[in-house]
Amino acid sequence: MDLKLKIWRQANTNSKGSLKDYQVKNVSADSSFLEMMDQLNEELIDKGDDPVAFDHDCREGICGMCSMHINGEPHGPESGTTTCQLHMRKFKDGDTIYVEPFRAKAFPVLKDLAVDRAALDRVIQAGGFVSVNTSGNTLDANAIPVPKADADAAFNAATCIGCGGCVAACPNASAMLFVSAKVSQLSLLPQGKVEAKERVTNMVNQMDLEGFGNCSNVGACAEECPVGISLENIARLNREYLSASLTSSK
Amino acid sequence: MSSVLVKFAETQNTAKKMANSGLLGSSIAKKYWMSLTGLFLISFLIVHLLGNLQLLDLSKEGQEQFNIYAKFMTSFPLIKITSYFLYASILFHAVDGIYLAMQNRKARPERYASYKPNRNSIWASRNMGLLGTIILAFIILHMSQFWYTMHWGEIGIDANGNKDLATVVIQTYQDGTAGLIMVLLYLIAMAAVAFHLYHGFQSAFQTLGINHSRYTPIIKTVGAAFSIIVPLAYAIIPVFVLMAKN
Ligand code: HEM
Ligand code: SF4
Ligand code: FES
Repeated sequence: MDLKLKIWRQANTNSKGSLKDYQVKNVSADSSFLEMMDQLNEELIDKGDDPVAFDHDCREGICGMCSMHINGEPHGPESGTTTCQLHMRKFKDGDTIYVEPFRAKAFPVLKDLAVDRAALDRVIQAGGFVSVNTSGNTLDANAIPVPKADADAAFNAATCIGCGGCVAACPNASAMLFVSAKVSQLSLLPQGKVEAKERVTNMVNQMDLEGFGNCSNVGACAEECPVGISLENIARLNREYLSASLTSSK
Repeated sequence: MSSVLVKFAETQNTAKKMANSGLLGSSIAKKYWMSLTGLFLISFLIVHLLGNLQLLDLSKEGQEQFNIYAKFMTSFPLIKITSYFLYASILFHAVDGIYLAMQNRKARPERYASYKPNRNSIWASRNMGLLGTIILAFIILHMSQFWYTMHWGEIGIDANGNKDLATVVIQTYQDGTAGLIMVLLYLIAMAAVAFHLYHGFQSAFQTLGINHSRYTPIIKTVGAAFSIIVPLAYAIIPVFVLMAKN
């Protein structure tokens, strides 16, 4: 198939960007969106032009590195998929496709479609961990019994790949779905409960400091999340934060 | 010396963090207040509606009854205290809401050229600030027309010696073109309330962390019904008064 592309080009964080028109011909319907972008970049390099910068790593839907806002939605039109798992058969011959970076104040554009999502890492550093000694002796996984329902909910929350699609989808550029998943995956388990109060307070603090927007319960995040993190996690975050604010741990 | 400075810097940092955490400035705390004040405003909507539906009886006795009710609402101490609490809630909800909406705008300085939000969310949820501002403008108009007049404005006295608020209401909505415009503004405001609550009702529970596989569907259904029925019932009042003109 032949496609017209409108791609955001921006030299660096401080320069002004704009949408530029491109054409790619003979795109295989079986290729992924990233492979189509590779094809375009090969042609640009052959012509001596600057290839389009975009993030990617595993290309199998597990690392969360690929981003891009495609035709008005993060990761494109297909629900429950990352951009690397989006296939060109979802588009039609002659389509015009808009390709933009994830947009948020907390995600500055590095170049073209690549944005800096380190703000999410700093939220994790603020409390998204359990302080245990991991050196040497392996602990028995079943030493502490965990109810099946809690284990399942924690596991579901832990599937968050940290892609930032929720931030990109949210009209407020809020990171609440991400933070709620990261708080939930730990606070549901006995090992995580010990530091639950400091964790939720510090992570929400960091989230606010990074300049993400507030949650209006719009729900666009959960609709667009490639792994299906649900709004129940945000409710849990709201509960955890309320109880951490109303009761002191020290 | 330097250790004193470090200590000082640490205190400053802690102070900054404290200001942003707890139940004061954090993003989530601001939403708790939106939710609590919003739910209080919802409860007010029910009480206010039940009182004002009395205007559907425009007979002489009906009007006098309404004036007795109006006097009660402006003089009974417990209701007076509740009303001050209500004014504070409206103000707080509006200021907090507009502040949140401004922060949210700033969190995405550059807009998307291609943006298809209807694929992942409903319009009302994305326009709470706009809807709230319309409601606020209406509240100001509405209070200047009736609340202000009842307390300090020029107002007649009915057969029982009570301030004749019923006649003020009737004149407001029956007064030629001006009355028609007032009815129209009322209908626009009720539409805004409907959309505001279609999203806001269930949102208030989610904000407080109430999300349950059994109860949340019930909350959503009740919220949707409330958001349609209550504004509609309000809207009937000025339309009825206008049509009762002879
Ligand atoms: C009849 C009057 C009103 C009622 C019953 C009402 C009710 C509510 C409720 C229940 C919510 C949901 C809270 C949450 O998400 O937790 C809400 C949100 C909101 N309200 Fe109101 N409201 C009213 C008037 C106003 C006014 C006058 C404004 C002023 C601008 C306003 C602005 C907002 C905004 C911006 C939000 C969204 C906050 C967010 O989620 O970011 N509302 N309202
Ligand atoms: S919650 Fe979903 S959309 Fe958000 S970062 Fe995690 S995987 Fe990505
Ligand atoms: S490249 Fe790893 S999820 Fe897409």
